[in-house]
Amino acid sequence: MITRRKLLMLLPAAAFAWEYVMSGTAESAPGYNRDEHWWGMLMDIDKCIGCGSCVRACANENDVPEGYFRTWVERYHVSDWQQEVPQVDSPNGGKHGFPPSEAQGGKNFFVPKLCNHCVDSPCVQVCPVGATFHTPDSVVLVDETYCLGCRYCIQACPYGSRFLHPVRRTAQKCTLCYHRITRGLTTACCENCPTGARQLADLKNPNDPIHEFLKTHSVLVLKPHLATGAKVFYHDLDGSVR
Amino acid sequence: MTAPVEGFMYPNEVELAWSVLIVVYPYVTGLVAGAFILASLERIFHVTAVKPTYRLALLTALAFLLVAPMPLQLHLGHPERSLEMYLTPNRYSAMAMFGFVYIWYLMAVLLLEIWLDFRREIVLLSQSTTGLRRLLYRALTLGSSNISEGALRLDEKVGWVITLIGIPSAFLLHGYVGFIFGSVKANPWWSTPLMPVVFIFSAMVSGIALVMLVYMAMMKIRRQPIDMRCVDTVARYLLYTFIIDFALEMLDLVHRIYEADESFRSLDFLLHTKLFFSQVILQVWLGTVVPILTIGLIQIFDVPEKLRRLAYAVCGCLTLVGIFAMRWNVVIGGQLFSKSFLGYTTYKVDLISREGELIAAALLILPFLILAVLMKILPPWLEGEPVSGD
Repeated sequence: MITRRKLLMLLPAAAFAWEYVMSGTAESAPGYNRDEHWWGMLMDIDKCIGCGSCVRACANENDVPEGYFRTWVERYHVSDWQQEVPQVDSPNGGKHGFPPSEAQGGKNFFVPKLCNHCVDSPCVQVCPVGATFHTPDSVVLVDETYCLGCRYCIQACPYGSRFLHPVRRTAQKCTLCYHRITRGLTTACCENCPTGARQLADLKNPNDPIHEFLKTHSVLVLKPHLATGAKVFYHDLDGSVR
Repeated sequence: MTAPVEGFMYPNEVELAWSVLIVVYPYVTGLVAGAFILASLERIFHVTAVKPTYRLALLTALAFLLVAPMPLQLHLGHPERSLEMYLTPNRYSAMAMFGFVYIWYLMAVLLLEIWLDFRREIVLLSQSTTGLRRLLYRALTLGSSNISEGALRLDEKVGWVITLIGIPSAFLLHGYVGFIFGSVKANPWWSTPLMPVVFIFSAMVSGIALVMLVYMAMMKIRRQPIDMRCVDTVARYLLYTFIIDFALEMLDLVHRIYEADESFRSLDFLLHTKLFFSQVILQVWLGTVVPILTIGLIQIFDVPEKLRRLAYAVCGCLTLVGIFAMRWNVVIGGQLFSKSFLGYTTYKVDLISREGELIAAALLILPFLILAVLMKILPPWLEGEPVSGD
């Protein structure tokens, strides 16, 4: 039988346990079932014009501090003679587009980047307190109320997707606009892309056009040799892209 | 975000995530592990010549171990949440284990061994002193004032077992620090299984050099003769570990040069530019080759005692600088190039800030102040006792 004294003793322990359970749990949206989704993104490099709308939209939507990026666009120039050493620039993350290229010959293209929401995320693995975590619908999020600001996850991310928020002093990255996609919307970057170069993809939804695309096109993820299980799929990705 | 960039860095990489404090952290931890392993030479391997440094090495290890978590704590964006590492650790995180390894080493190994080793003196001092000091020593006895021959024999046996456990623990403490870096597959400068082993041997090198220097300085301060048999033996062990450490580091370097994978161009560039002074000059030549050659020559030629003392002092200092440079090259060097291997950033350390030079310097001086206090409370050599291994 639980006496009043026993209950009083149990309550602090229960509070600790509850905090442990709740750490690494994303906010839920009404009517959204996490088990029915598996999120990723499709990037069609041929369609990206480097306008920077996605970067601006992301910054506005997520209050991204100046000089840091949850998404950015890189411009590649690959000469015929130096396929392995491309010239790359991304002035202010491509937020305001790009100046005319001075590079002669070879090929030029844009590569939008963001967190790859890896299935085997190095960032989730290294976080000492589990503040970085996977949601059941396969999005990698950071619990800001739990993050120590140790920056191990920033070191572990091979894609440079993370940064330490200069004011909040916690790790930040793309959330795949989790607050939007759990309410049936697409991400801010996808919504504002004028050419449809970015497409949010739900791999568990049989009606999502991603399935048809993956069947009929060649796609690649960034740095596949690192086996992170990246879920941002690039169509027509050039071998020179890092 | 004003750091000058050469080539292309991912936009979030321009600012270094880990500062000079994360250089201090493995440096200090390494000194702890190295000092302890030197102490174990006498206890476990019966190298009696190094006995005068035994207790000093233990106290040095403790002084540095007390400071070891400070750079980490100061570096955290939210230090007030650091306790979460104990309460809700991520079992898959290498870093999450730091707290447990640290507590194990501090409480189960070092404090226990020091207490057992000094218990006789603590009990005697609790009886011979007065006032506050008496209270302090009485508290330190932990209620055990039995210093009969049988009790001391038991202390000795238990101490031996703890030292035996302590050696792998010291390896664990610092090998684990190496693993934190070595397991980051995103960074080819760090990602090598040799990293924990290199960290352990460089730790032994730095710890042995530190205790040798502190011993020589203490003898100078106490105006007592330096036991040259002891210092010669310590220097010889420094040489042995140095050779292994250097061989491992060169193996790593040669492997990288010969394999020349996609990251090689970046690493090669750094070695010839931004890291040339800290890696080639400080770490390899001044911090490694010069001490190895000097101590090596002393083994071959009959060098006069005075010159040997001077050589050991210079080599000890160079070794400490060299190992600090090694930590710098790993931690800072590993962040100077882009993970795209297409560009380089610059690290500018502030003088006065939470992660600045002054704090780093203070954290390197603090262990010596703690050591001075520890030696006052628990004198490694009793007054009037000859400081000799014989």
